[in-house]
Amino acid sequence: MIKRLNWRVATLVSTRQETPTARTLVFDVPGWPGHLPGQHVDVRLTAPDGYSTQRSYSIANASSEDRLELTVQTVGDGEVSPYLTEVLEPGDQIELRGPVGGWFVWRPHSSPPVLLVGGGSGIVPLMAMVRSRGKSDTPFRLLYSLRDPGQLFYADELEKVMAGVEVAYLYTRIAPPDAGRAAGRLQAADLIAYGWPPETAPDVYVCGPTGFVEAAADLLTGLGHDPAKIRTERFGPTGG
Amino acid sequence: MDYQDGNALAGPLSEIFTLDVTVAQGTCAGCGLRGPLAGLHVYGAAPGLVARCPGCEEVVLTLVRGPKDVWLDMRGAVSLRIPVTE
Amino acid sequence: MGIISRAFSGRPREPDAKLPPGQYLVHDFPVLSAGPTPRVPLDRWEFSIDTAEGQVHRWSWEEFQALPQETPTVDLHCVTKWSKFGTGWKGVSLDVLMEDVESAAEYALAYSYGGYTTNLPLEDLLDGKAWIVHEYDGEELAPAHGGPARLLVPHLYLWKSAKWIKGLRLLDEDWPGFWETAGYHNYGDPWREQRYQGD
Ligand SMILES: Cc1cc2nc3c(=O)[nH]c(=O)nc-3n(C[C@H](O)[C@H](O)[C@H](O)COP(=O)(O)OP(=O)(O)OC[C@H]3O[C@@H](n4cnc5c(N)ncnc54)[C@H](O)[C@@H]3O)c2cc1C
Ligand SMILES: [Zn+2]
Repeated sequence: MIKRLNWRVATLVSTRQETPTARTLVFDVPGWPGHLPGQHVDVRLTAPDGYSTQRSYSIANASSEDRLELTVQTVGDGEVSPYLTEVLEPGDQIELRGPVGGWFVWRPHSSPPVLLVGGGSGIVPLMAMVRSRGKSDTPFRLLYSLRDPGQLFYADELEKVMAGVEVAYLYTRIAPPDAGRAAGRLQAADLIAYGWPPETAPDVYVCGPTGFVEAAADLLTGLGHDPAKIRTERFGPTGG
Repeated sequence: MDYQDGNALAGPLSEIFTLDVTVAQGTCAGCGLRGPLAGLHVYGAAPGLVARCPGCEEVVLTLVRGPKDVWLDMRGAVSLRIPVTE
Repeated sequence: MGIISRAFSGRPREPDAKLPPGQYLVHDFPVLSAGPTPRVPLDRWEFSIDTAEGQVHRWSWEEFQALPQETPTVDLHCVTKWSKFGTGWKGVSLDVLMEDVESAAEYALAYSYGGYTTNLPLEDLLDGKAWIVHEYDGEELAPAHGGPARLLVPHLYLWKSAKWIKGLRLLDEDWPGFWETAGYHNYGDPWREQRYQGD
């Protein structure tokens, strides 16, 4: 019989509202072994009658920190996300398994340029990579697709100019007047304008709702990026 | 499009493997496509997890979690190449 | 069981004395999917029954629609623990479809567009216990719920009620299907809580 360490108990320490419908949860997890940027945890919730359910959430904070941060987007009519964004209070405990996932991971010692393409809450694991980059000299380019300016996560941090990290905001419904690009879905032209050319052989990370990831990955391979260099994380049909 | 990536298998598989098997290279028995388990398409809204080949959509593996056992069925993989370190 | 999460209840569900063990009641109709949803145009749809003796009986959509229709109202029990009472369907009883089929087979393997399979003893498909249905709640059956047509065997867990049904293969020997080879029980009686192999 296999008996493996599985579920850890995490205590909510504090929260930060990112948008009216998304918040970052900061957890204290005794024995947290540290993580790699891009990894996720599985969260398990259990009701008093024994009913329990699990969902995956990407780790948002830098790998150098010993706490754990998740950022959750409320999905209307969802079973778990509204609980995490609206009900859970500091001092409450949940169970989680992880960190897990060794594929959708950026390893700070790798050298090729990095292209990050995120849609909606798909920004979360990409932000962990940006935050973990620290003073590394690997150049990053981040394409952040979001519905409108009100949906922006991590606004204060992204606003500050980070040397070596270029950020392009791609608004899909409503763009601010100074956006320099009409509102609309991600296109090949965006990847050409704000991404890295395929010849530079960047490491590409694409994350977001399944439909977004599908479209972005197709555009990237269409532009000549090596499919083997494109790593994807699909959040499912909704996932923000 | 209600699937996720094979990355999402990492948690459930960590229950039975000490190594992270999602980085292992698998070969699809249906079409011969080679790639990491992390690149499979995972359908989770089902009695178990069903991971399909991104090339031909054939089932590569299923994972069923009962209260006392885990069933891992690798029906559609001809081999798994697992990176190890000395 | 894990630690209880304060004020977490999950999707609405109720206990009910009329439920099989371990089940709870829901009022919506959850959609389960183990793969891409097949889209089958009606002019290419067909349903067939192949006997162990090598005979094939086949119905086009028009032929199938012309058969006597029934409107069963049944309770559904999914192995993922939700049950739903009083669902209304329209379709053809397997007794009608099997009327001219001569076979000594004892088992059936249901197979679907998209590749799904599930096995049942043939007697569980007969005597008013099973239908091929194409309407749910007065409307044509949506692809997500198995349309154009699905098998309906309400006295067994719902994974036996194969969505997107394409045919039945009658067999002398039992041939476990998709979930039955992946850890689930071979028969799947909700009242005896036969969820997993060995239950
Ligand atoms: C590896 C990974 C990492 C992820 N990281 C993040 C992250 O960092 N941040 C984040 O916000 N999300 C993330 N997600 C998505 C997350 O796991 C959840 O899918 C998301 O939070 C929605 O869960 P939910 O329980 O709120 O919604 P669900 O209850 O799962 O519902 C989703 C949708 O389906 C509908 N639905 C489902 N079941 C029913 C039913 N029975 N009846 C009626 N309607 C139903 C709901 O109405 C809703 O629209 C990640 C996913 C993966 C796979
Ligand atoms: Zn294949």
